[in-house]
Amino acid sequence: MQDNRAKFLERAMSRHHYSGDALIEVLHTAQELYGYLTPELLKTIARKLRLPPSRVLGVATFYHFFSLAPKGEHSYTVCLGTACYVKGALGLLETLERRCAKAGSTSADGKVSVNTARCIGACGLAPAIIRDGEIVGRVTPEMLEAELSTLGIR
Amino acid sequence: MTVEELFELHSEEQARLRRLENRIYCCTAAGCVSCGAEGLRSAIAAAIKAEGLEGRVEVCGSGCLGLCSKGPLVRSAADGALYGELPPEEGALLVRPNPIDRQRLAAKRLDTNAPFFARQLKIVLANSGQVDPERLADYIAAGGYQALAKAVTEMTPQEVIEEIKRSGLRGRGGAGYPTGLKWELVARQPSPVKYVVCNADEGDPGAFMDRSVLEGDPHRVLEGMAIAGYAVGAQQGYIYVRGEYGLAIQRLQTAIKQAEREKLLGNRVFETGFQFRVDLRIGAGAFVCGEETALIASIEGKRGQPRQRPPYPPESGLWEKPTLINNVETFANVPPIITEGGDWFASIGTETSKGTKVFALAGKIAHTGLIEVPMGTTLRTIVFEIGGGVPGGKFKAAQTGGPSGGCIPEQFLDVPVDYESLTNIGSMMGSGGLIVMDESSDMVDVARFFMEFCMDESCGKCIPCRAGTVQMHDILSRLTRGEGTAEDIRLLEELGALLRETSLCGLGQTAPNPVMSTLRYFRHEYEAKLASGGRQ
Ligand SMILES: Cc1cc2nc3c(=O)[nH]c(=O)nc-3n(C[C@H](O)[C@H](O)[C@H](O)COP(=O)(O)O)c2cc1C
Ligand code: SF4
Repeated sequence: MQDNRAKFLERAMSRHHYSGDALIEVLHTAQELYGYLTPELLKTIARKLRLPPSRVLGVATFYHFFSLAPKGEHSYTVCLGTACYVKGALGLLETLERRCAKAGSTSADGKVSVNTARCIGACGLAPAIIRDGEIVGRVTPEMLEAELSTLGIR
Repeated sequence: MTVEELFELHSEEQARLRRLENRIYCCTAAGCVSCGAEGLRSAIAAAIKAEGLEGRVEVCGSGCLGLCSKGPLVRSAADGALYGELPPEEGALLVRPNPIDRQRLAAKRLDTNAPFFARQLKIVLANSGQVDPERLADYIAAGGYQALAKAVTEMTPQEVIEEIKRSGLRGRGGAGYPTGLKWELVARQPSPVKYVVCNADEGDPGAFMDRSVLEGDPHRVLEGMAIAGYAVGAQQGYIYVRGEYGLAIQRLQTAIKQAEREKLLGNRVFETGFQFRVDLRIGAGAFVCGEETALIASIEGKRGQPRQRPPYPPESGLWEKPTLINNVETFANVPPIITEGGDWFASIGTETSKGTKVFALAGKIAHTGLIEVPMGTTLRTIVFEIGGGVPGGKFKAAQTGGPSGGCIPEQFLDVPVDYESLTNIGSMMGSGGLIVMDESSDMVDVARFFMEFCMDESCGKCIPCRAGTVQMHDILSRLTRGEGTAEDIRLLEELGALLRETSLCGLGQTAPNPVMSTLRYFRHEYEAKLASGGRQ
């Protein structure tokens, strides 16, 4: 498993001829493979693409998409786009933050990561969330409460 | 593929479609997918099999059918009927309906003569819902790639540019720069290496037009880019697409592969000397990367921070080479302009804004979804006729232009929507998000919401924006908590002017717009919140 992931990452870098221009693509692949970007991963990527580590860290921290910390078992992303906002997204975020973790972090037991997104483009289904990669529309705080309880979160 | 082969395939596929007894189109855009479109589609496919109608009835995916609030949507080609909120077991009835089924289905049928459909004019979305976005043959049957064939075999690059200029097409990414002029600027550069970039970073909260075009008709965007490549003399194109748009990315990858296989992209397009390739670049979640110089930095693998302009990208863009950057919807307008002619396009719309505009309707409105109307349509038509009005409430304002735009109050409902008019009333066209607000929306909080967005998304390169958005957000938060003073309002105006004048890029320059426009039209709401007692 471990070896395979390293191999896949290597392949992604070689496909881009180890060019520094492909840093963002390589980081995308690395995060897909490992779930998040560890300092060791960033160092390896910097070395292979012949970039200063500061440049790699600078790019990894600039973009919201990249995560430098492990993610929870489940992830909830609340859309805070205008349509969702107008239709009560803050109530959903409040529920998640109260029961799990602050936006941008993972609950202490490692069960749930809470995030916000700018607009997931599901405005017709506002308010919407992304639960473990899937868009769920017309969510109410009550639905969330019930769901978190089934996940065993008090 | 040669031009003859293209036309052959076009008539063959059309004939094949005509021979089918029915073709059922399931909307598989992200909105419908999240209300069960895939299950519905498999139920229909299973029913076709069970009835032994393979080869006579077909089910396929399609782009956005428009009325997202009624998803999952299905269109039955045999009678042109459109159905909404169809559970899988009822979808299966569409395959071979008996009279009882018909009655059951009739209850789910949407009236396509209703203003939501009838008041629209579809150019960009003409194929959306009419073609299977994952099949190249569908696009070709709808006349696809004929514009590219015409451009590269019958027209000179200069003639293509003239046609675009004649059409009066302006950039749909927000600023409205005349597209023909931009192409000419790039074409004029002597450099042998040039690039065409499609901006699909669609970051405005409340906007999903570009996503729908990419999901519903990806080949159209590729064709537009290839025509642009021919006109300006570029051999390589990039599409910079938001990382959050998984389905659009997947459809684009499929489309690029298909086009390359049929040699519609690649070397010797239509057996001419013209070559053009397209690659995808996936964004990583930074709003500012929609700004053209930041987008270029991001494609180069750097932090997406804007830089000083000039030089503008047409002179020095990607890897310092001349670069044409246009929005998704801009490119999607190109093929019909080449086929139908610039004069045709220029006959639609207003004096200064030609053609149509796609809007994403959302918020407190009966019909949320995607619409396309001629430029110059009034907001009243959009909100009340097409959008079906404000359910159970009273219209208060429409927000256009996202965090760079403004709130339009009721008194301007009859203003024709085009670039200039919207700017004149303190908002802007933006990319096409249109959010309706009713009496329950607190305008100071709306202003705070957008300022928070700009504060979070500021890249931090220049001080007015980095520090100014934080200050303005603090003041707005204070005001929403009822702790503000009259001095705070004055300070907001002063800071707003400062950001507008001195920020490096459009994000900072336009960040004050939502505040300025709400102060202009809803000042009483600010004043009612002052600590000095205005509050009820
Ligand atoms: C902060 C900021 C964000 C932007 N976001 C987008 C975007 O998401 N999509 C887009 O097409 N243009 C966006 N633009 C405008 C682009 O800089 C550029 O003007 C546009 O892509 C040009 O294409 P057009 O001429 O076809 O409109 C943004 C501009 C700024 C300042
Ligand atoms: S205006 Fe804001 S986003 Fe633009 S360069 Fe300055 S700090 Fe960055």
